[in-house]
Amino acid sequence: MTLLDITDSALLDWSRAQFALTACYHWLFVPLTLGLALVMGIMETNYVRTKDEFWKSTAQFWQKLFGINFAIGVATGIILEFEFGTNWSNYSWFVGDIFGAPLAIEGIVAFFMEATFIAVMFFGWNKVGRGFHLASTWLTGLGATLSAWWILVANSWMQHPVGMEFNPETVRNEMMDFFAVAFAPEAVTKFCHTVTSGWMLGAVFTVGVSSWMLLRGRNRLMALASIKVGAVVGIVAALLVMFTGDRSGLDMARNQPMKLAAAEGLERGGQGAPFSVVPGIEVPGALSFLATHDFEGFVPGTQDIIDGYTTPDGERVPSAAEKMARGKLALEAFKDFREGHAKGDQNAKNEALKTLNEHKAYFGYGYIQEAEELVPPVGLVYWSFRVMVGVGCLLLLVLLLVWWYGRQNRLEQNRWLLHAGLWSIPLVYLASQAGWIVAEVGRQPWAIQDLLPVNAAVSSLSAGAVITTFVLFLIIFTVLLIAEVRIMCRAIKGCQLD
Amino acid sequence: MITYTFLQQYWWFLVALLGGLLVFLLFVQGANSLIFSLGRTEEERALIVNSTGRKWEFTFTTLVTFGGAFFAAFPLFYSTSFGGAYWVWMLILATFIFQAVSYEFQSKAGNLLGRNTYRRLLVANGILGPLLLGMAVATFFTGSAFVVEKDVMGESGMLVPAISRWANAWHGLDAVAQPWNLVFGMAVVFLARVLGSLYLLDNLADEALRPRIRRQVLADTVPFLICFLAFVVYLLTKAGFAVDETGAVSLVPYKYLTNFLEMPATLVLFAVGVVLVLFGVVGTLVRPTFVRGIWPAGIGTVLTVVALFLVAGYNGTSYYPSTADLQSSLTLTNSCSSLFTLKTMAWVSLLIPFVLAYIIYAWHAIDRKGLSGKELETDEHKY
Repeated sequence: MTLLDITDSALLDWSRAQFALTACYHWLFVPLTLGLALVMGIMETNYVRTKDEFWKSTAQFWQKLFGINFAIGVATGIILEFEFGTNWSNYSWFVGDIFGAPLAIEGIVAFFMEATFIAVMFFGWNKVGRGFHLASTWLTGLGATLSAWWILVANSWMQHPVGMEFNPETVRNEMMDFFAVAFAPEAVTKFCHTVTSGWMLGAVFTVGVSSWMLLRGRNRLMALASIKVGAVVGIVAALLVMFTGDRSGLDMARNQPMKLAAAEGLERGGQGAPFSVVPGIEVPGALSFLATHDFEGFVPGTQDIIDGYTTPDGERVPSAAEKMARGKLALEAFKDFREGHAKGDQNAKNEALKTLNEHKAYFGYGYIQEAEELVPPVGLVYWSFRVMVGVGCLLLLVLLLVWWYGRQNRLEQNRWLLHAGLWSIPLVYLASQAGWIVAEVGRQPWAIQDLLPVNAAVSSLSAGAVITTFVLFLIIFTVLLIAEVRIMCRAIKGCQLD
Repeated sequence: MITYTFLQQYWWFLVALLGGLLVFLLFVQGANSLIFSLGRTEEERALIVNSTGRKWEFTFTTLVTFGGAFFAAFPLFYSTSFGGAYWVWMLILATFIFQAVSYEFQSKAGNLLGRNTYRRLLVANGILGPLLLGMAVATFFTGSAFVVEKDVMGESGMLVPAISRWANAWHGLDAVAQPWNLVFGMAVVFLARVLGSLYLLDNLADEALRPRIRRQVLADTVPFLICFLAFVVYLLTKAGFAVDETGAVSLVPYKYLTNFLEMPATLVLFAVGVVLVLFGVVGTLVRPTFVRGIWPAGIGTVLTVVALFLVAGYNGTSYYPSTADLQSSLTLTNSCSSLFTLKTMAWVSLLIPFVLAYIIYAWHAIDRKGLSGKELETDEHKY
């Protein structure tokens, strides 16, 4: 490895680290925004329906926590949007024609709705009517959810690019079908899975905070009422998360088999592939069922994908070496096209275009240096997947027990369950982060699956510059997170409604 | 009728409009930069913070949408400017992170840094935000050192070269070396402070603050006018970056003056904008009962900034010129999205009037009465 390679590798690694840092921090705050929006909306609806001041106070308490969390979510979100340009400038041009549109629509349609009505929600209690205020609360949540829609459309497109065509004249991919991008089945699944996971997080947070209040004997009525709402929202959300997770698994098997193989630590696959619960414990055929809804379905392993394989129905999937060779041919053809373009030689352009079209499905593979680069970090993806699923199931159990004991008015007698509710808060965050790690780390080395690897997407910067901003953001985000948690804790401790 | 050229111009107009609205909404930053100089007591400072705190999300959202619109309509600018002028954009973003949290955190128990630290961060954002954004916009006229080379996407290696590269190691900090960038940046800072004062005058029902705010308007108007007029004179007399029909870029004397003269509607927009700003300011200074100066001055700001953007990009002009390689300069034609994307996004842009309508409705609902200390005492949610 030359000195230049080491420098290049450092820039790439730190650029990825910075984006991962920002995304992870952002995703600490967004799901709580989505989840609490639903919880506080229900509370305020109860107030408007019953005119009972108790529900107003309860709604205002959860809105206060929502506000503390919202600000830092917004702050990390703006960094994420601009980092596509600052750190991934090739990406911004190469697919900006498709990717920029959802981001712009997010701003026009969703952010303004959120920004406008959140002001009414916070400051309008004594200025607007009850109905208008309630509408503003729900519209704030709707704005946040619409925002999630468009950003998840963009993310889903990175996992499974559709509706575009490469244009060698402009050196970029161009959108051909907006509806294929905006309403791709994978995008719908991703949106539902992610938003319902946010609802679940918000619900578990509500149950956890309320459990703490019951353990301390504070705000008993509000805590019991909040637990009721939180448990129901959480159970419904958890079931939806499971259902949409199943759909995500099918999508992953179809579009990103390498990610699925990495998530299972499956080196060699085949028909009737087993699901690894943890290393050493396997359920025969279960992975095939999860991936294809057939216990005998075919699931390739990481090495199968590197070596190439043939599916039981006779479809031949080329090896990584073959894809890379064809990718190199596509890149060469692209260069020839550009040369012809510069010289105004139409024949040379036509010839090059013919070759390019023949191999363009593997264009992105032309940037891959070694076949092994195509395997994402297996350990991280494997364990993240288990944490996400395992903790998710555990939380569903806790929510069911909380709901059941709550229904029988026996919650306060079962303090162990209240402790479990409280400790569910860090667990739900862990599961939520693990989910994004599966989605994003599992896609590596691709910025856009099969189209653009990260080494062809990164900006031309010095590694030192990116390290500096990484450290800067790490310090800022961490300090603000500590401040946020402290403020939340004080706000919860200081709540006196009874 | 709906040609590719028309859509490029239409989207540049929308970017200009968002830019104009953003500069107007920088009144939030301007007022925040005055927290400690205008507010002498804790009550007064709390009033200022709570007044701007009810609007900061609009500025923030407009900034995000401004970036999003650039990304969707002119992705090569997004790629070139953001990836190239790295430090400038990172500094802008850093100050806006603090702004977002400072409101919510400053008065809450357990906030770790203390109320005054958060307020000082608001002041820092209030000065640095407009300064850096102003300097970034000034480079539309003065140029930046970058090279665009799309052919490099054919290279392979451990790291594929970037299509857009900055031509020096300063990555945007070199903009400081061009004094006219600083002059325009300072003009935006003082304009934001003027607008901030005018907004406070309209939004606060506090008789003790009003005379001080009026004095502040005068104190900031003088340096604003000096910086702004100096920049306008420079702009009208300097050579500009012209694009011919083949897409070749060259320096043409008095290009921006020519643009104004050849686009009389833009000239009228600019003149009306400046007059409205002056009307808002002078009216406030000479009539002690006049508190609505923010509206003519705000609308004037939007019109003026829109006109400046149009002069930068219309009439065969490169809106983001390169001083390192003239032919790398960005124009509406060579940096825009495809016809299909621009057309699709044009349909989406039809939603903008509805968005504006509900913003105006909600704004009016919240601001029906001026904010007073009494209201703050009883408000459930305050900063």
